Amino acid sequence: MKIDIILAGVGGQGILSIAACIGMASIEEQLHMKQAEVHGMSQRGGAVQSHLRISDKPVASDLIPEGNAELIISVEPMESLRYIPFLKNNGWIVTNVKPFINIPNYPEYEALMAEINARKNVIAIDADEIAKQLKSPRSSNMVMLGAASPFIEMPFEAIEKGVREIFGRKGDEVVNKNLEALHAGRDFAQKIMNA
Amino acid sequence: MQKLLLLGAEAIAQGAIDGGMSGVYAYPGTPSTEITEYVQHNKLAGERKIHSQWSANEKTAMESSLGMSYAGKRTMVCMKHVGLNVAADVFINAAITGVNGGMLVTVADDPSMHSSQNEQDSRFYAKFAMIPVLEPADQQEAYDMAYYGFQLSEQFNVPVMIRITTRIAHSRAAVAQKPLQPENKISLPTDLKQFILLPAIARRRYKGLLSSQESFEISSEESKYNKYIDGADKSMGIIACGIAYNYLMENYPDGNLPYPVIKLSQYPMPRKMVNKLAKETKSLLILEEGYPIIEEMLKGYLEKENVKGRLDGTLPRDGELNATLVAKALGFNVPEVGTVPAIVANRPPAMCAGCGHIDAYNALNEALAVYGKGRVFADIGCYTLGALEPYEAINSCVDMGASITMAKGAADAGLVPAVAVIGDSTFTHSGMTGLLDAIQEGTPITVMISDNFTTAMTGGQCSHAYGKIEDICKGLGVNPDHIRVFTPLKKNHDEMVKIMKEELEYNGVSVIIPRRECIQTMGRKKREDAAAN
Ligand SMILES: Cc1ncc(C[n+]2csc(CCOP(=O)(O)OP(=O)(O)O)c2C)c(N)n1
Repeated sequence: MKIDIILAGVGGQGILSIAACIGMASIEEQLHMKQAEVHGMSQRGGAVQSHLRISDKPVASDLIPEGNAELIISVEPMESLRYIPFLKNNGWIVTNVKPFINIPNYPEYEALMAEINARKNVIAIDADEIAKQLKSPRSSNMVMLGAASPFIEMPFEAIEKGVREIFGRKGDEVVNKNLEALHAGRDFAQKIMNA
Repeated sequence: MQKLLLLGAEAIAQGAIDGGMSGVYAYPGTPSTEITEYVQHNKLAGERKIHSQWSANEKTAMESSLGMSYAGKRTMVCMKHVGLNVAADVFINAAITGVNGGMLVTVADDPSMHSSQNEQDSRFYAKFAMIPVLEPADQQEAYDMAYYGFQLSEQFNVPVMIRITTRIAHSRAAVAQKPLQPENKISLPTDLKQFILLPAIARRRYKGLLSSQESFEISSEESKYNKYIDGADKSMGIIACGIAYNYLMENYPDGNLPYPVIKLSQYPMPRKMVNKLAKETKSLLILEEGYPIIEEMLKGYLEKENVKGRLDGTLPRDGELNATLVAKALGFNVPEVGTVPAIVANRPPAMCAGCGHIDAYNALNEALAVYGKGRVFADIGCYTLGALEPYEAINSCVDMGASITMAKGAADAGLVPAVAVIGDSTFTHSGMTGLLDAIQEGTPITVMISDNFTTAMTGGQCSHAYGKIEDICKGLGVNPDHIRVFTPLKKNHDEMVKIMKEELEYNGVSVIIPRRECIQTMGRKKREDAAAN
């Protein structure tokens, strides 16, 4: 197996927590992985992305070649479209719908969502709202991971284990909140896929 | 042993710790910063009391590192590529003094300029200094090279460069550790004149460096990092340097590459290996992440047509490589991919909401309005983002420290008032000496030192200027009446404008200091405090 994932967002939104959980899961599964991150200037509110590559064979390039990604996970709607050249023809976009507006020329919201929804394989999810309802507003990234999990060719238990490992230091309460968020995101995506 | 999941930068740090390093010296700079930060947070490094505090700049860092080597211990100095310009003097001369304890000079280049002013290739510097270079292709090699690099440095009695680029520095992969080495004991150089570069000694040592070149080359021929991998199709031979090897192999998922290849990760170039490849194949394709340094050597003045790479358009002349570019160079048909929808707007980095630099710029723009645009020489840091809309408050950003000195030159030319904008960390990195020049001549410039207590752009490292700026300025000779400090907040706008206007009119050196903590570091501290309680 091989799965290439682009994680997208805005500097400061913490996309690396998602990457870390999947990364941990792939280590649990004894898979090879490489994860290219963005550090530096773009972290000041600029567009950021991470390339996550997982395979049962050694991974060569740290960067995903164009047209190779199975999945784009974006914690911000406009950012979900920025990396389309990397997405496979039949690849999936899993995106949060809550915009992060820090530029004067942010597109009109309805038009943006229309553009996103016009694409064939999309899960658009209000991760912030779901996290808020779970009384865990800071877990929206785990909602996103949950929504993306059906497209990650790995046992769901491995991803759960990844979440446990990554948040373990912060105590059981934080771990459980994040697992709850993970499940909520997964349920949401599965409902859409089965519809 | 369990593998560690490390960034390339962190792998170098771990390799150096395990290889017996006693001290790392550095000034922060993307993409090199994480090397030193890893040592700062590493438990074993703490127990061993491995030096890891930040230096004032890259030159002071490298000189301290050379001093530690003099005393017999293993040491590393790290910087981003432009930092090597700052440290170039000691770098070139350290190749001539040689080392006592093993010394690694780790330089992180930034092709495509993700966070930099240029994309210079540090391998040129190493060639200039005539020292060996190790260029890892992956995170494991990054670890191994730092681990073994000390031995190589001690064996050849020169500093050894480890050259990485952004992608390897900031990409994570599993790394296997090696057994922990003891640190060197303190020891003096056997020849106590080794480090005295008086002409008579320098000439002798330089001849020694020249005669070592052959052994460096033999080491490259025999290096486990350089591999000659034969292939049946001799129509082309490929030389893939450092990380470019991965982009090559990405195009052959089953590993069945038809052409002979040299995976090149140790320099100087292994001449025999390259000769063999050139003799056995009809043409050469050179894949380098950075400048076409190997390509130029092989193509030469004679413009040999059978050498392909960045110089003949087979690959782009600038920017990072990737697997797709390499696929095209190999003649593969690259499938059409989707395009970015037009609705997607650019999202460049920007100063954070609530940042003190913003209030300072708003005041400065107003204070300068009567004189017109084009008088602000800025420097490198978060405040450089004041170049962008809506502020458009600055007119230059060249190299660290250049704000004060360029303002001075412009004032000398008659552009008065001229303003310099510099951050606190940049001021102590290389702004102080320029200020001394201005004071020496009483040049009418207004220097705004925007003090946020930290080195913000690179992630909030400590700033050597903290609590010292007024004393430094006074000590250098700035008239205390013209050192003006205020808090950059919206509510203080009118006061700030007034102070700035007064100092712009002053016919001499004035220093204005907007001072308010970086909101990123402040937020981080609050979160840490909350977590601790
Ligand atoms: C020679 C050199 N070394 C390091 C860097 C990386 N660098 C860019 S900005 C910066 C920090 C600037 O800190 P400061 O002047 O305090 O401004 P702030 O970002 O805090 O506003 C550093 C270290 C560089 N560009 N050039």
